[in-house]
Amino acid sequence: MNSALLGNIARFILLLAAQVLVFNKIDLFGFINPFPYVLFIILYPVNGNKMGLLAASFFLGILMDMFWNSGGVHAAACVVLAYYRPAIFKFSFGLSYEYQTVKLNDVLTPERFSFILIAVVIHHFVLFVLEVFKMSFLWDILVRTVLSTLFTIITCIIIIYIIKPNKR
Amino acid sequence: MQQIFNFILKNSNRLLFLLLLVISFSLTIQSHSYHKSKIISSANFFTGGIYDRINNVNEYFSLKSQNDELALENARLKSLLYNQKDTTKVPQIDTIKGVKKTEIIVSKVIHNSYSIHENYLTINSGEAAGVRPDMGVINSAGIVGIVDKTSKNYATVISILNINSKINAKIKKSNHFGSLVWNGKSTGFVQLIDVPRLAGVRKGDTIVTGGQSIIFPENIGIGTIDKVYIDNVTNYYTLDIKLFNDMTNLGHVYIIKSKDAEEISNLENQSKKDE
Repeated sequence: MNSALLGNIARFILLLAAQVLVFNKIDLFGFINPFPYVLFIILYPVNGNKMGLLAASFFLGILMDMFWNSGGVHAAACVVLAYYRPAIFKFSFGLSYEYQTVKLNDVLTPERFSFILIAVVIHHFVLFVLEVFKMSFLWDILVRTVLSTLFTIITCIIIIYIIKPNKR
Repeated sequence: MQQIFNFILKNSNRLLFLLLLVISFSLTIQSHSYHKSKIISSANFFTGGIYDRINNVNEYFSLKSQNDELALENARLKSLLYNQKDTTKVPQIDTIKGVKKTEIIVSKVIHNSYSIHENYLTINSGEAAGVRPDMGVINSAGIVGIVDKTSKNYATVISILNINSKINAKIKKSNHFGSLVWNGKSTGFVQLIDVPRLAGVRKGDTIVTGGQSIIFPENIGIGTIDKVYIDNVTNYYTLDIKLFNDMTNLGHVYIIKSKDAEEISNLENQSKKDE
């Protein structure tokens, strides 16, 4: 129990630090930024405390907002993702997810990929819609969402492969 | 009573979710109004401190270009100095108070964003150095933005690359005024809107700050005209301005502290009230 908590705290700090120090500086083509900090919400233990996840994602988002000067945009996106996470689990893995058979930190299967894909799309869509808050930029929002989602998923998968505990 | 408790216990997740969502929405909406909440900004102690540390490292990568820029500015100032006709002329001083009308505070950009629609910069001088909200920020090439919020040692600046920023500007040659805005597309270009059709505009003309604003002194460089459109709705010109500044690479900036700003805005507020 305690090691899981410590793992969560470590992931929280490391992902936030990586986001602020490295990924916020990427700016591919001037407007694409990956947000791999959502991995914290994706990788949170499946049967972990749900209220804990909600609160932690809110703080993660608020800290991102402070660094990004964006009001409460990231916080809202993170909270939405954290709340709908069980539903996405159910969709991607079927009903069996509650019996601890799901482990995301592993080889990429279609189920895991679809889970990451849906989670990142939801997060980014909320994020960009709120960030601009104006429908006149609709086309721009869609382009940004799609491109940033692609980029975030790629970095997320790379990070998962890097930190994957080696079994052999 | 029992049922209320049961309801709360049963739906605790959903209630917490709604609570947090409402908090973040209200923060978002607040941030769209002009002066937003003080806590959630990179001017606070924690984030400002971290950005300061990061910038300490990042600075080394741009030392060369920064040096070039400063050397260029020195050269320009020297040429002004040597070309001055009357060598006894002193800087303009307000004769009654014996002080200059504007003061310059030197500062450094420690965080710069330019990839989203509402871009803010963070600079490493705050109230302790005399920085207050609504002061103009420029660098050696031209204008950068307007101070938004301040803390003790840091301040955030609304970049001109922010779709909410609106700055009074004019065409240097003909003195026609317009409003400088950004359409959120390219970091190298801003738009000057509401320029009257009478104004003779040509590609390459210089755009400078206008004298109507109390934030910036007159005649600070902004950029050159790159494209000219006619707005179908208002029948005014809309001009694409190519910025003198590279907004993606900012180092040292100057904050303009106008002694008159407070007096003028007080006066204007008073006459508004009297109406």
